[in-house]
Amino acid sequence: MQERELPLWEVFIRSRTGLNHRHVGSLHAADAAMAIQNARDLYCRRQEGIGIWVVESAAIHASDPADKDALFDPAEDKIYRHPTFYDVPDGVENI
Amino acid sequence: MYTQGLDQADTAAPSPEEEVQLRDAFQARIDAEEKIEPRDWMPEDYRRTLVRQISQHAHSEIVGMLPEGNWLTRAPSLKRKAILLAKVQDEAGHGLYLYSAAETLGTSRQEMLDQLLSGKAKYSSIFNYPTLNWADIGAIGWLVDGAAIMNQIPLCRCSYGPYSRAMVRVCKEESFHQRQGYEIMTVMARGTDEQRQMAQDALNRWWWPSLMMFGPSDGDSAHTAQSMAWKIKRFTNDELRQKFVDVTVPQAHFLGLEIPDPDLALDEETGHWCFGEIDWQEFKQVLSGNGPCNAERLGARRSAHEEGSWVRQALLAHADKQRERSSAHEAA
Repeated sequence: MQERELPLWEVFIRSRTGLNHRHVGSLHAADAAMAIQNARDLYCRRQEGIGIWVVESAAIHASDPADKDALFDPAEDKIYRHPTFYDVPDGVENI
Repeated sequence: MYTQGLDQADTAAPSPEEEVQLRDAFQARIDAEEKIEPRDWMPEDYRRTLVRQISQHAHSEIVGMLPEGNWLTRAPSLKRKAILLAKVQDEAGHGLYLYSAAETLGTSRQEMLDQLLSGKAKYSSIFNYPTLNWADIGAIGWLVDGAAIMNQIPLCRCSYGPYSRAMVRVCKEESFHQRQGYEIMTVMARGTDEQRQMAQDALNRWWWPSLMMFGPSDGDSAHTAQSMAWKIKRFTNDELRQKFVDVTVPQAHFLGLEIPDPDLALDEETGHWCFGEIDWQEFKQVLSGNGPCNAERLGARRSAHEEGSWVRQALLAHADKQRERSSAHEAA
């Protein structure tokens, strides 16, 4: 008999206070409690974290790599969004 | 994001002309040292090569727990036992990182596991040798993990993103494995005559199988050229084997132990250690299932899987029940 596979979860770890949770990998678990327990054993054996998020992989929606240009190119020519675009006259300070 | 790699089947296969263009663009990305990510287009043979290599690597980590697990209850002190337990846990972790990386290519955990348990998939030949005495645990850490590190460091730069990221994590954790092994060897080599003999005996038995870990000689390696072009591999088997011999021979001499190879000699000109011919017949035999412990290793994996079946089923049943209860609660 083919066994039902345990669902896949994505794991996010906060390495210390003040930092974002960061994606570190994935694992299989029956439910969220087991996913957190397994994430502790798998991704935090050396004090890598102080907080864990787990999300069922099936719940994540991702952009399509084929849409990369359409999505991200428009930001390319908008250099005026960066402070370096602007001339600051000599002698002006604190700006 | 790992799972989306599974959703590739519904994209229409490219025409032969499109395939050529896609392949050229793919190779150009590789040549530019760009990483390939799960949902990017990749040639089917690149995908297959990676699934084979990463899953074999994962299987090796998992089966690799068995020879060392043999000594967990027999370690000579609490300190050594805690260290060995931590190392074996790491090997389990490494297997899991690698299975996850392989899953991004569209293969399932179950498929890979089935291939291991049915004996269809290969794993590193080294784990089919027995661990007869405590010095073997020292020799494994020093030589087997040493050889693994030599193989794995270049894999951190592999062109496939998830594999390379898994290898970075593995390599970070692996260096303690080699050091704890060398420390065991140091203690034994400086111990009583009997302990020194045990250390030498372990080196004698593990030396040649460790050299075999780098795989067939370049002339006989079916996958090397293509894997190097795809930047999955960065060095050939023979190059890595030579590097390993060059760093390991002085470490053996430091311990006052002798490498069991009458042909071993330093080439003054190149600075490399020349070594004797590997017994490739033995390598083939062990790889094809006829090593000293193949049947035992697979037997142990199979019974662990079968005996754990009720636990997995219970976990799923419990999760189902919890989900039903919470949705019934919400509906009320």
